Amino acid sequence: MPLLEVTSLVKHFSRKRGLLAPASVVRAVDDVSFTVDEGEMFGLVGESGSGKTTTGRCILRLIEPTSGQIRFKGEDVLSFSRSRLRLARRDMQIVFQDPFSSLNPRMRVGSIVEEPLIIHRIGSTAERKARVAELFELVGLDPTQLKRYPHQFSGGQRQRIGLARALALNPSFIVADEPVSALDVSVQAQVINLMMDLQARLRLTYLFIAHDLRLVRHICRRVAVMYLGKIVEMGETEAIFAAPAHPYTRALLSAIPVPDPTASKQRVVLDPSSFQRDAPLRQIGTGHVAAV
Amino acid sequence: MSSSGSWRLAPGSWQTSAGSGASSHTQPPAAKGQQPLPEQPAASSEQPLLSVEHLTTGFDLKGRFAAAVIDVSFHVAAGETLCLVGESGSGKSLTALSIMGLVQPPGRIEGGRVVFKGRELRELPEREMQKIRGAEIALIFQEPMTALNPVFTIGSQIEETLLVHGRATRRTARQKAIDLLDAVSVPEPHQRVRDYPHQLSGGLRQRALIAMSLACDPSLVIADEPTTALDVTIQAEILDLLRSLQKKMGLALLLITHDLGVVAEMADRVAVMYAGRIVEEAPVMEIFSAPAHPYTQGLLASIPGGAPGTKLQAIQGTVPPLGELPPGCSFTPRCPRRFEPCPKAHPGTTLIGTPIPDPGPQIPDPGRVHSVKCYLYSDAVEPDIREARTS
Repeated sequence: MPLLEVTSLVKHFSRKRGLLAPASVVRAVDDVSFTVDEGEMFGLVGESGSGKTTTGRCILRLIEPTSGQIRFKGEDVLSFSRSRLRLARRDMQIVFQDPFSSLNPRMRVGSIVEEPLIIHRIGSTAERKARVAELFELVGLDPTQLKRYPHQFSGGQRQRIGLARALALNPSFIVADEPVSALDVSVQAQVINLMMDLQARLRLTYLFIAHDLRLVRHICRRVAVMYLGKIVEMGETEAIFAAPAHPYTRALLSAIPVPDPTASKQRVVLDPSSFQRDAPLRQIGTGHVAAV
Repeated sequence: MSSSGSWRLAPGSWQTSAGSGASSHTQPPAAKGQQPLPEQPAASSEQPLLSVEHLTTGFDLKGRFAAAVIDVSFHVAAGETLCLVGESGSGKSLTALSIMGLVQPPGRIEGGRVVFKGRELRELPEREMQKIRGAEIALIFQEPMTALNPVFTIGSQIEETLLVHGRATRRTARQKAIDLLDAVSVPEPHQRVRDYPHQLSGGLRQRALIAMSLACDPSLVIADEPTTALDVTIQAEILDLLRSLQKKMGLALLLITHDLGVVAEMADRVAVMYAGRIVEEAPVMEIFSAPAHPYTQGLLASIPGGAPGTKLQAIQGTVPPLGELPPGCSFTPRCPRRFEPCPKAHPGTTLIGTPIPDPGPQIPDPGRVHSVKCYLYSDAVEPDIREARTS
């Protein structure tokens, strides 16, 4: 049984256009289904507006989906009561993209990491302090810096703080929403290494949301490509990179700048008329589906 | 004083900058054995379009001057693309602002020269500088939404540039704006010219900004992370556009980026910045095939690639904050190959790859020069010690 099972997830945002005009509907997530196995790093890839972030937030019910089904460890997340949901959130956490806006600038970083423990009433004060120090060491930060404020840390260190906070309650599943895209390349590598290391040590499962395909290829065994609210291709990362089937995936892959000046450039431009937006996913190869 | 780091000065500029205050305290002690090049008679035809010499810019913080751009020298020849690469805080954007004369207090240019078409820009009065800005040197910013004025249409902003620089009359400006939008492949330019910035997508906004920057036929475009805020497919389109415009108009491009993929696609030459200094400069092929500085090597190694699931090769530590540079070579605390001389003084420039003509009167062809600031290659270190370090 997969750890997470998302079936026909839909999220529509309606936008009022004026007093009398009918509201327009944005189909941010439009019938998305996928599964994430335990211990895996599953990649969700797409450009801005593809619905990847909304999908991640719907899974944690930070945004209420319009319809669909989300099963986590076999349980129906959308039917959870408020108190049951709070309990479930111990097990599913999120790391945000921007380490500059996701940490409260007025709180000391020790308190930021401790906050989830207080909210969930876990441990005595002394136990919590010990846990925070332990978490700091786990993510490679110096526990003597607990009293500092977020602005005293660099971007990479802040993302470590975000990870420490997400790990405070010992979750088994983490939605990582573009966790390194605001960081410099050399620091990106540090944070990615830490995430892979933690995955192995704590048996974590990640939903890794990203737009950097080079990175996804390196760390995710399976990947789903989203375009305008739909998954257009999904499967083993290597299979997709070797033989992308959907026109959008092809355009996306060809647009990645290759860090090799001798590489030949063959740009594939996306022709929206070359595919049907509503085409269903069908089997292309073993563990490889595409909407073509 | 010694001139070991000054070999790349433009012909004829030797006296002025060697005697200027900026170089005297930013220059490291002379590296023994490095050969200064003989002074050249000026040959105006070989002058690069832009040359930056010993530029030092920084901020007055709490009564102390903290340099963020330190003794930076480079040049851009007509029609070529120089990529300035570095992480955030390395001083790349401040270098661009210094060239344009747009450094605002508490920032200030401490020393150095910016020579554009033979004129020293820092000595020009503001009125003269305004004529150059936008008309001869154009600047494209990272975030097109903040660079465009939200309360004016795209068209009126392009027209304003044309009118200010006297490149059009009120009657011809609109048509010229439409032509420019057409030149940067904005679809339906007749309609788009009446749009406000918020009505355009990020990619179209960046195109409009490029159209504006090209309005006065500049000979140099400085593009500061022009595609960082865009999706990869849009980034690819914008890079293609810049490349084709460059070819068509003979533009020189100073492209500031942190993305080595963009560098590989765009650059003729590359200058790598770290903590305010250019630590390595080379033709693009050499930067990727034979990176010399441990920082450049680290940057290239940290790009995801290799076998899936394996550890990425990170550079340990972080960029030192402004005004807290470690002594000696700024990269020392993060450098996997540091040794005795590194923390003592910042290394001077060493030429590698291209032999220094000896004692001939020729300055090495700047297009082929590979230079690095690192003791692993410096004559200041005994050859056998370097040998042991490199192998």
